[in-house]
Amino acid sequence: MPLVDIRNVSKSYGSARVLDGVSLEVNEGEIVTIIGKSGSGKSTLLRCINALERIDGGEILVEGRSVRTDMPKLREFRQRVGIVFQAFNLFPHLTVERNITLAPVLNKRITRGQGRALALDVLERVGLADKIDAYPAQLSGGQQQRVAIARCLAMGPHLMLFDEVTSALDPELVGEVLKVMEDMARQGMTMVLVTHEMGFARTVASKIVFMHRGRVREEGPPAELFANPRTPELRSFIASVR
Amino acid sequence: MRTFVLADLLSLFIALQWTVALVIIALGFGGPLALVLALMRTSGRRALRWTAAAILQVVQGVPLLGLLMFFYFGMPVFLGVEMAPLVAVGIAMTVYTASFLGDIWRGGIEAVKHEQWEAAACLGLSTWHQFLYVVAPQAFRMALPPTVGFLVQLIKGTSLASVVGFVELARAGQIASAATFQPLLVYSIVAAIYFALCLPLTLWARSLEARLNAAR
Repeated sequence: MPLVDIRNVSKSYGSARVLDGVSLEVNEGEIVTIIGKSGSGKSTLLRCINALERIDGGEILVEGRSVRTDMPKLREFRQRVGIVFQAFNLFPHLTVERNITLAPVLNKRITRGQGRALALDVLERVGLADKIDAYPAQLSGGQQQRVAIARCLAMGPHLMLFDEVTSALDPELVGEVLKVMEDMARQGMTMVLVTHEMGFARTVASKIVFMHRGRVREEGPPAELFANPRTPELRSFIASVR
Repeated sequence: MRTFVLADLLSLFIALQWTVALVIIALGFGGPLALVLALMRTSGRRALRWTAAAILQVVQGVPLLGLLMFFYFGMPVFLGVEMAPLVAVGIAMTVYTASFLGDIWRGGIEAVKHEQWEAAACLGLSTWHQFLYVVAPQAFRMALPPTVGFLVQLIKGTSLASVVGFVELARAGQIASAATFQPLLVYSIVAAIYFALCLPLTLWARSLEARLNAAR
């Protein structure tokens, strides 16, 4: 059974069809990278997996359960699916530690001491243990994004979603975030990411999905897909990002 | 006729207690109501949003003097309920405070980016926890300077209660002025007391604003 099973999903904003019969499977431990031009529906698809967007047709199953914005136990579900955003979305009024421990403290009722240990543990995984008492505004963009990743890790997710997480960063800060993601991939985390980082997609992804106008036009292992694009859309997309 | 004596000054300070009491009543009852209105106004449910908007519009469109008149003179006529001045004035000030603070706090809540709610929701927080721990603290910071500014308005606004015969600072001034026939002196003292009450708040509001802008 795939961890994520997207079956013929469609979604429209008014008369604009953003997802048009998308099907996609993500198996446990896979790193699936969704690429495509802006407006191709890739971010919307990612947000649907976490029930941040309502779908109009089809079905999304995560761990065998149907995902809907009104699904039962939505909050428990969200704790198992971490999502990292382009704009970090850290809580500016809380320290790094509190950003990380807020949800575990409220949802799992861990103590302060356990919270600090948990925060240190996940911060070590993103290389920022020394920033535990800093406020988000005191960190660089790359550091903030790594804290955002650590905040998700503290929930012990089964699946991580990344929505163009390096797009808002200065070029010299992209590498440190990608390195953290590579480490997570190596440790077997299942990841679905939308990205413009073709180098990362090429080297780390187990599967590339090319979307165009709300549809999946091609999918396959990166080496194959980049070497032999079958559709003219992917050919022109690869030419444009090179 | 007699001269202005220490006893007159004392009567002003005794009346000042009632001015302060009115402010406390207005904040004590109006504050929680304002929070409810602000939450309704920013709620996802259209019926709640519209109800709150209508209440805010109506109350803000009526001068505070009108509210005082309505509850003191109007209620006995419309509902046949006789109201003690303190009750009528208390209700009017509460309604006035709720509508203005409600709007100020609504602005604070709306100034917090939608992504903050979303990020909190994605961590599995309940809607109430999203508000309480993520949105409210940020909204509070943004709304604090205008809230303190409104407090100054409120203190000065309590002087209107004198028109329904409620003896607070302004009314006590009228009485002392009539008894001593020294309006200039008496009202100058009254004005100085209001000023002494409001100045620290104004300064506080300004320093808060500067500090919060610097932190951004």
